[in-house]
Amino acid sequence: MKKKGAEILIECLEREGVEFIWGIPGGQAIPIFDALYDSKKIKLVLTRHEQGAAHMADGYSRSTGKIGVCVATSGPGATNLVTGLATAYMDSIPMIAITAQVPTKMIGNDAFQEADVVGITRPVTKHNYLVKDINNLAKTIREAFYIANTGRKGPVLIDLPSDVAKAETEFVWPEDVVMKNYNPTYKGNINQIKKAAEEINKAKKPVIYAGAGILAAVASKEFKAFAEKTGAPVGLTLLGLGCFPGTHNQFIGMLGMHGTRTSNLAMHEADLIIAIGARFDDRVTGNLAFFAKNAKIIHIDIDPTSISKSVRADIPIVGDAKNVLPELTKQVTAGKHQEWWAKINEWKKNFPLAYSKKGGLKPQFIIEQIYELTKGKAIVATEVGQHQMWTAQFFKFDTPRSFVSSGGLGTMGFGLPAAIGAQFGNPGKLVFDISGDGSIQMNIQELIIAVEHKLPIKIIILNNGCLGMVRQWQQLFWKKRYSGVDLSIQPDFVKLAEAYGAAGMRVTKEEEVKETLEKSLKINDRPTLIDFRVAKEENVLPMVPAGAAITDAIDYKDVELA
Amino acid sequence: MKHTMSVLVENKPGVLARVAGLFSGRGFNIESLTVGETEDAAVSRMTIVVGGDDMILEQISKQLNKLIDTIKVIDMTEKQFINRELALIKVAVNSGNRGEVMQVVNIFRGKIVDISSKTFTVEVTGTDDKINALLELLLPFGIKEMVRTGSVALTREWQKEEPKKR
Ligand SMILES: Cc1ncc(C[n+]2csc(CCOP(=O)(O)OP(=O)(O)O)c2C)c(N)n1
Repeated sequence: MKKKGAEILIECLEREGVEFIWGIPGGQAIPIFDALYDSKKIKLVLTRHEQGAAHMADGYSRSTGKIGVCVATSGPGATNLVTGLATAYMDSIPMIAITAQVPTKMIGNDAFQEADVVGITRPVTKHNYLVKDINNLAKTIREAFYIANTGRKGPVLIDLPSDVAKAETEFVWPEDVVMKNYNPTYKGNINQIKKAAEEINKAKKPVIYAGAGILAAVASKEFKAFAEKTGAPVGLTLLGLGCFPGTHNQFIGMLGMHGTRTSNLAMHEADLIIAIGARFDDRVTGNLAFFAKNAKIIHIDIDPTSISKSVRADIPIVGDAKNVLPELTKQVTAGKHQEWWAKINEWKKNFPLAYSKKGGLKPQFIIEQIYELTKGKAIVATEVGQHQMWTAQFFKFDTPRSFVSSGGLGTMGFGLPAAIGAQFGNPGKLVFDISGDGSIQMNIQELIIAVEHKLPIKIIILNNGCLGMVRQWQQLFWKKRYSGVDLSIQPDFVKLAEAYGAAGMRVTKEEEVKETLEKSLKINDRPTLIDFRVAKEENVLPMVPAGAAITDAIDYKDVELA
Repeated sequence: MKHTMSVLVENKPGVLARVAGLFSGRGFNIESLTVGETEDAAVSRMTIVVGGDDMILEQISKQLNKLIDTIKVIDMTEKQFINRELALIKVAVNSGNRGEVMQVVNIFRGKIVDISSKTFTVEVTGTDDKINALLELLLPFGIKEMVRTGSVALTREWQKEEPKKR
C-alpha cells in the first residue's frame, strides 16, 4: 500500500512497540504530527520545551527498559534537544529522537529554521541519519531502534526533511535488520572467562565494582548469583544503584567522590577488582596515579572502547553481562573471605555514612524519612547537585531501574521531566523527583504536563537558597568566596505549584517532615511539590576532592571540627 | 610511535566527518589522512597516520571499529605493508644551481613537471621518509610551495609468519 513518509514513520514506530512520543510541533514537523493525529497506539504528549521532551523519553527508558521517543521541529526545536541527547548518550540510554528538517532542496541554503542537526548531534548520539530518500525511511527507522538498543546502548537521531515526510511510496515493513558491519559482541571469550575465574578463586581481597551495564543488560539476577557465590564485597557506581540490593549484606556502598569510605578503601586495598558494566570514570577512580595499585583487574563490558581506556585491564572480557556472568559463576568456587570481611566490617563501623543532627532541618534526614515511609518502594529521579548525592547515599535502592539520575553529563533540569517520563511508563508506581532550588527552576515549565495528565509525582525541593554543590566546593576549596551561587531571591515554590494546579506544601521543621510526606502520599490526582527549607551550609560528605586519591576523603567529622 | 591505519568504511556522506570528529573530540592527532574509493564503489579506504602511545592507539583502533559505518580497521604497522605518498615541491632555482637540483631530483627518481625561469616543480613519490630526505636536500635552495598527499598503504600479499600463540 502506498503511504506518505510521515505515515511510514508512525507505522514503523507503532510496530516497534512505541507507546508514547514526547515533543513539540513546528512548520516542518506538521506532516509528522498530522500522521500522529490518527495513531491509536501512540499517545502524543505535548511538552512545553523540547529539552523536557528528551528527558521524558530518557526517564521513560531508564525506568522501564523500553525505548523512549521524542520529536521536535527543525532548527530551534532540534537544537533544544541537544542537552537531552547528550545526557542520554553519556549514560548509554537507548532513545530515539525524530527531528523535522527543511525540504531536501533547501538544505544548505540557510533556509528559515534550518540547522545542520546531523552535524550538531553527531558527537552526542550513538548514530544519526538524514533521510533524503523516502525508500530508505522504513529501513532507517528499524536500524535506528536496533542500534539504540543493542551493544552499548545510546540515543539515535533521525532527521526527516518535510518533503520526504510528504512524499509517497509503497510501504514495506523490513522484517529483518541487516547490518553487516555492526555486530556487537555478546558472548565473552571462553579462555578469558576461564582466566578470570582462576584469578577470582585465587584472590584474598576481591572487590566487585559494578555499574549501569548490569541494568542495561537486564542482568541483576545473574549478577546477584555471581556476587553471592564469590562472597566478595560489592561497590556500585552512582548509575549502578539498584542493580544489586542496597540492603544486601555484601553491599558496601556507592564508590567514588561521594561514596562510602568503606567502598573506596576496599577498592584501594583490593588484590582483585572485578569491574562489570562500569567504565572507571574519574569520579570513581580519583587520582589514577594512586588507584588500586596492588590489584589485578578483570573488566567485563560490552563496549571494547571502555576497556583499558583509563585503567589497563589484566583480563579484559568483551561481552554482555547477561551472557558472561552465568558462565563465570559456574567456574568460580564459593568464597567466604573472612579475614577480608573482618577488615571491611571494621571500616564500616569506623566510617559509617552519617551527618550531624545539629543546625536546622537536615536534607539527609528528609531522604531517610522518604525511604522509611515508602519502604524503598518508589522510583526516585533526581536533579543534579547535593540533593542528588544525598539521595544516592541515604536512600537504599533495592530494585533495578528505581534510581533515575543524570550521571555522566550531570544535567540540572533532568529530574522533573525524567520523573514525568517514568510515571508515564509506570502508571501504578510511586515516583519522586528529588531536587534542589536551583535545578527545579531549569525545567519547571514541564510541571504542567504532570498536572495535565494527572500524574501524582512528588517533587521534593531541598531548598537551601543556593546552588549548594558549587557553594560546597567554594567553601572547601575556594576560601568561601561564594561567587554566583546565591538563590535567596526565589519564587514562592508553594504558590508556583498552586499556580500550575499542583499541590504545594512547605516544611521548615523536623517535626513536620513525616506528616507532610504522608499527606502528599495521599494525593493521587495531581503532582505535589514540597518546599523543604533545609540548612544552607550542609555539605555532602564524605568527599574525595577532585584529583585526590580515593583514600583521601574528607569526612563529616573533619568539617565539623574545622 | 607512528602507526598507519587502513580503515575500510562505507562510501556515504558524513562518514569522513564521523572519523574526523572521533579524532578531534578525543584530542587524538592525525598526521595525515587520505580517502579514496576502493575496488568496490560502495566502500572507501581511509589511510590514517597517527602518533601516540600504545593505549591511545588501542583506543583509536577500537573507536574506529565502533563507528557504525566502519567495515574494517587494519593497523598496518603490525604487518608487512607498502606505503607511498606523492609530493609536489616548487623549488627556487637560478642559472647557477639548476643542474645541481636536477641531479638531486634524479637520485630520488623524482620528475620535474613544471619549469619557470625561477622555479622547478618536482613530483616525487615514495615513503614519507624518502620524501622527507628529498625535502631536506632541497631546503637550502629555497622551497616556495609544497603539497603532500599523505600516505596510502596496502598490506603485502606475503606476510612473515606470526609466532604461534599458545
Ligand atoms: C545545566 C547545568 N548547569 C550547571 C551545572 C553545574 N552545577 C552542578 S551542581 C549545581 C548546583 C545545583 O544546585 P541545586 O539544584 O539547588 O542543588 P543543591 O546542590 O543545592 O542540592 C550546579 C550549578 C550543572 N550540573 N548543570
